[in-house]
Amino acid sequence: MSEQKTPVAERHPAPASSHIAPGGRTPGRNLLHGSGARSLGLVIALAALVAIGLITSGERFLAVENILTILRHASIIGVISIGITFVITAGGIDLSVGSVMGLTTVVASLASVQLAATQSTWLVMVLVALLVGGIAGLVNGVIIAYGNVVAFIATLAMLVAARGLAELISGRRTLIVNNGDFLDFMRADFLGVPVLVWIFALVAAAGWFLLNRTTFGRRTVAIGGNLEASRLAGVKVKRHLVYLYVLAGLAAGIAGLMMMGRTTAGTSTHGLLYELDAIAAVVVGGTLLIGGRGTIMGTVLGVLIFSTLTNVFTQNNMDTSVQALAKGLIIVVAVLLQQRFAARNERRATAKPLKV
Amino acid sequence: MEVRGLSKRFAAVQALKGVDLDVRAGEVHCVMGQNGAGKSTLIKTLSGVHRPDEGEILWEGRAVELDSPAAALELGIATMYQELDVVGGLTIAENIFLGHERSTGGVLHVKRTNAAARSLLHRLGHGSLSPSREVGSLSAANQQIVSMARALSRDTKLIIMDEPSAILDSGEVQNLFRVIRELTARGIAVVYISHRLEEIRQIGDRISVIKDGRSTANGLHVTETPKAELIRLMTGREVANVFPARTPVAADAPVALEVDGLGLEGHFEPVSFTVRAGEILGLAGLVGSQRSEIIETIYGARKATAGRVSVNGRRLTPGSVSAAVGAGIGLSPEERKSQGLILDESLYRNVTLSTFGRFARAGLLDESAERQAAREQIDALELRPADPDRPARTLSGGNQQKILLARWLVHGTPVLLLDEPTRGVDVGARAEIYTLIRRLAAAGTAIIVISSEIEEVLGLADRVLVIDDGRVLAQSDANDIDEHGVLDLVMEGSSA
Repeated sequence: MSEQKTPVAERHPAPASSHIAPGGRTPGRNLLHGSGARSLGLVIALAALVAIGLITSGERFLAVENILTILRHASIIGVISIGITFVITAGGIDLSVGSVMGLTTVVASLASVQLAATQSTWLVMVLVALLVGGIAGLVNGVIIAYGNVVAFIATLAMLVAARGLAELISGRRTLIVNNGDFLDFMRADFLGVPVLVWIFALVAAAGWFLLNRTTFGRRTVAIGGNLEASRLAGVKVKRHLVYLYVLAGLAAGIAGLMMMGRTTAGTSTHGLLYELDAIAAVVVGGTLLIGGRGTIMGTVLGVLIFSTLTNVFTQNNMDTSVQALAKGLIIVVAVLLQQRFAARNERRATAKPLKV
Repeated sequence: MEVRGLSKRFAAVQALKGVDLDVRAGEVHCVMGQNGAGKSTLIKTLSGVHRPDEGEILWEGRAVELDSPAAALELGIATMYQELDVVGGLTIAENIFLGHERSTGGVLHVKRTNAAARSLLHRLGHGSLSPSREVGSLSAANQQIVSMARALSRDTKLIIMDEPSAILDSGEVQNLFRVIRELTARGIAVVYISHRLEEIRQIGDRISVIKDGRSTANGLHVTETPKAELIRLMTGREVANVFPARTPVAADAPVALEVDGLGLEGHFEPVSFTVRAGEILGLAGLVGSQRSEIIETIYGARKATAGRVSVNGRRLTPGSVSAAVGAGIGLSPEERKSQGLILDESLYRNVTLSTFGRFARAGLLDESAERQAAREQIDALELRPADPDRPARTLSGGNQQKILLARWLVHGTPVLLLDEPTRGVDVGARAEIYTLIRRLAAAGTAIIVISSEIEEVLGLADRVLVIDDGRVLAQSDANDIDEHGVLDLVMEGSSA
């Protein structure tokens, strides 16, 4: 799971390392297969795209400006993808993130909310967006965990309902964000890098830490690996599932705030089809759709691959239809390659002599 | 049909080690053996699901290679599996002709199919079933009839039936026997798998017995073989005295687990018993006797409809696994792979699955401490290979079982429930597991052991509850009852 599993073992050299069986995996070799190899594949894919960009657009492609454009483009979908990486790692799915994000932009841009924000602090808008996202996630989670509704159906219902609610609240009009402090913050640069990109980086780092270093992350992976075994081992599975969907909702709320900053507007059409882009990025990144294995690093690389692809196409003024076709190809090829890798690692692991 | 020296190996488990069988046209050949003896693997090899590693199968005198279920069907070998293999959403007729539909150029002949199905059902004494009925709406017994009709819908010469009576009541069993007799009268051979001795005496012509993947008897005549002899063939062990000596439970040992009037409607009647610290209680009973349901209810994985469970005097919340784990009960479930382990996760993470919270500070995991804890268990239990990072999937059955024991050892639970701790574990590793269980008891853990192998329960436990059909038939000191005694009780119980 954790691509960083290895460094830990190296930092605390195992006192009983002599116990590692002759056929056993040593930490160093671990880096070469397993998740390391998967991430490596993604890095190569990304490098290939960059090479194509360089060949077709030359210097212009590598200009700091353009790189920041790619990152800014990646940031919003990236935050959403980090959120659903957790849900998918636990064997679930959340189709509602895109429309929940749209709903958060609408509610947080309401005149009354903005008024309250102007009178106190712009953080009111942040709070409202997170609250809306969190509640939507809570509803998803409770219906799935305690109502025993299949996640696909429950979040599909939320996808439709949240979009409808956003249209009702906004009256299908675009709400303009005019809180100066909020816009100043969201549109600022810090150390030459846009705040949006910083937020993505922070969310990714926090997500990596949460998934690989905490009991929360361990439970997530365990549930995805074998729900029944986790339940019988004493993990509170239902409660944890609720937390996961709340987490995905909160990520959608953060993404909503970023969207408001970028577009200076809240509208029910924000986040249309984002769920599909996010799922694609997560799966291309190497998180298993059936659960049990999740990688934040992979998700980040998956998001970057897609946004770089978009950039390469835009730079060359190419048709968006061709772009969509290319995206589809990438998804299939990436998953096929992953299966190849997984099968090879499996063979390697089982080929070792077994002493009973 | 004749089978010689059939062997099959799955990863680390040798399921069949040389099985011989010869089946003559028109006879009912019974195959007996305890759970895990290799019966199911034998059937799957004969029906083309598995390919044997060694040995040959002769069909009407010539060697054949059954490389797929289709190939076996082609020859005229049909199989009725233990798990019903009908498709619930299709009609009876569609199920019967699944895979060899009556059609022309891909277009189905619905009428002809239904007519053919009707005549087959009539032959089986169930002419009243409508061929266009959906199979999902049928009772288990009628689904089995559909399964049998499917077997007969081809030009079948041999039908293999895997425990066909397990889901039937006695009236339905008699109908099954009537159908079997009709089949054999027409020269069709039947291989009948069962562990119910009484049935075999009624319907069988000859018997073969397998034990631990080997033939222990081949083609005995039913009428000439006494029951005691069959039990001996099924259970007799090559390794004598594999069970470690008991340590007597101290007379003043406190009661660790108290079960008081615990019941689950539709599964078992209220049971009451206690287990003292350091005592091993065995639950003996056949598959379907609801013994697993009893311990799953104690554990809170099923919500009791009556009664209560207390650990060290503290009452547990019914239906809550985390309450049970918190109070100090550990469960090693019956289905090790699907209920116990996260197969693709590393050994150490499986060991700490119930306790990883303890290796964390403010939610922050300390993986090196987890590895260390796992390593200590690896040494104590002689888990092999001794690599905490190896995925659980790659370990043998015995070592996977040790992972589950290690999980609860790290937890330090005063009560341990072990459901089939040696299923799929080979003989050598079994002895190790027995020793471990004994050692745990000696250290003061209260243990409940379930096993379909009655000898295992008797050899391991201090005290035994005999269970059948959700009722406790008897409670006895393990020294005062033997295997025949238990089987007699169970058979009387099920005939009553």
